[in-house]
Amino acid sequence: MTLPLDQIFVLSKHWLLSFVPPIAQPLASAILSVVPVLIAFPLLFAITTLLERKGLGRIQNRYGPNRTGPWGLLQPIADGVKSLTKEDIVPLTADHAVHFLAPIFLVAAAFLGYAVLPIGRNMVISNLNAGVLYFFAVGSMVELSVFMAGWSSRSKYSLLGAMRAIAQMISYEVPLVLASVVVIMQAGSLSTVSIVEKQAGYTGIWPHWFVFTPWGIVGFALFMIAATAESNRSPFDLPEGESEIIAGYYIEYSGFKFALFFLGEYLGMFATSGMAITLFLGGWSAPFSFLTWIPSYVWFFAKLLALIFGFIWIRGTLPRLRMDQLMNLAWEFVLPTALLNMLVAGVWHFMPGGPIRWLVCIAIVAIPCTFLTRRLKRKKKFEVRTYSFAE
Amino acid sequence: MTIAFIILAVITVAGTAAAMGMRNAVHCVLALTVGFAGVAAIYLQLDAQFVGLTQIMVYVGAVAILAVFAIMMTHSPSPTKPPTYSSYWLMGSIVAAAVFAVLAWAVVSSGAHTQSLPSEPTVSVQQIGDALMHRFVLPLEIMGLLLTAALIGAVVIAMDHNEEIK
Repeated sequence: MTLPLDQIFVLSKHWLLSFVPPIAQPLASAILSVVPVLIAFPLLFAITTLLERKGLGRIQNRYGPNRTGPWGLLQPIADGVKSLTKEDIVPLTADHAVHFLAPIFLVAAAFLGYAVLPIGRNMVISNLNAGVLYFFAVGSMVELSVFMAGWSSRSKYSLLGAMRAIAQMISYEVPLVLASVVVIMQAGSLSTVSIVEKQAGYTGIWPHWFVFTPWGIVGFALFMIAATAESNRSPFDLPEGESEIIAGYYIEYSGFKFALFFLGEYLGMFATSGMAITLFLGGWSAPFSFLTWIPSYVWFFAKLLALIFGFIWIRGTLPRLRMDQLMNLAWEFVLPTALLNMLVAGVWHFMPGGPIRWLVCIAIVAIPCTFLTRRLKRKKKFEVRTYSFAE
Repeated sequence: MTIAFIILAVITVAGTAAAMGMRNAVHCVLALTVGFAGVAAIYLQLDAQFVGLTQIMVYVGAVAILAVFAIMMTHSPSPTKPPTYSSYWLMGSIVAAAVFAVLAWAVVSSGAHTQSLPSEPTVSVQQIGDALMHRFVLPLEIMGLLLTAALIGAVVIAMDHNEEIK
């Protein structure tokens, strides 16, 4: 079932490698695997900026960019040229070395996660034994570059933004990892490739994706909530809330460094979405058995674009959360539900299949969740709030 | 001694040395993070994936952030004082040299370096998980209890702090 079109990139890589002398082949192989990722995802970033502005425009009942090229299609190029030709302003009191390194470090850390994402059949840069662990390990490096940016600017706003961003990222990293633990429990492997393989196959026309199980759908929902918070997107965009702290930790950056921050942020969002696809949505496999003739990488990017569409939709729909609401959501709802979900995954594994298993698993998650959300709702009191740090 | 090991060793040593020599406390933490990352890379180069990735997750992702937060909460933002050398630096270096000499003597006299190395075991993450869940399940549970106690302690301290403000 390995169609030539499906394997076109793998085959062309092998064909190109045959021209390289054997001694240089490991290096050439690594370069040939990495460079397409370094090109494809920034290109996706350019497309996404346009999609996002167009989509937000549609939601807000206006046109969005429509002046550059047909339907504003050349807007990303115009934006790129603009940010390249802008003056690079560095504050006088800034810590120049750290200020310079922060955006580079952020983009580098954001790119590292792509090493374990299976983009298509046989299309993964490195099939690590501990792939999921690697993904979360390099993901935690982003926080440090956020701190570098916020601290080195020597600005109150950027420092506040960095503090908010780090607090938020640390709080949501716990549910992000716990939500993916259920998949690791069920698949029995930390390798992203074998997790995708475990979701292969079809019953009738329906695929065996993990999202079509009680623990899978709950895990996917929690993972996406945590991923939205991890990538600092609306409604969790407090670290860069324009009306409060202007632009957060990258306020003192201009020109291309500012664009690099945007690139890093979107790359992080694509990487976590890609991980969600790998863990819950069957990776590169087709959604119906009769659609398997479409190449695997097309399915991966289709799913990625669908998730990006979801992100844009949520950004255009929901208002920004307050800091205490954000933390309460993380620690009082998402984290307990993620822990319960692990119990559900265990029950699912040991119970015999059938409708009773479905009922029991749904009951374990749904009943406590109702009480948790009720509790979150009841705590909403309208009174003067006291702040511990800003008086 | 491969080229990769030499590069990683240089990065690790340079990072940790810079962490001791720099004036600005935040620069020290960032340099130390480079050292942590270098150690993690050496683990990965030795095919110890689990240890290497945990090193990145715990030290680069958590310990460095913790140190940075501690500095931000306690220090003023302009810490460009001249480097402070303790007046005991001579005594300190003598003690350090003595400790190094004893350790080096112990290593050399043990004869460990002359023995042939056992064949390299291939340890996967799965084996580590099996060992933790079967043979070392009691230490694991005790560690879990200890960490829970620490967590509750941290929450209690934070709660007291809030009541004082009110």
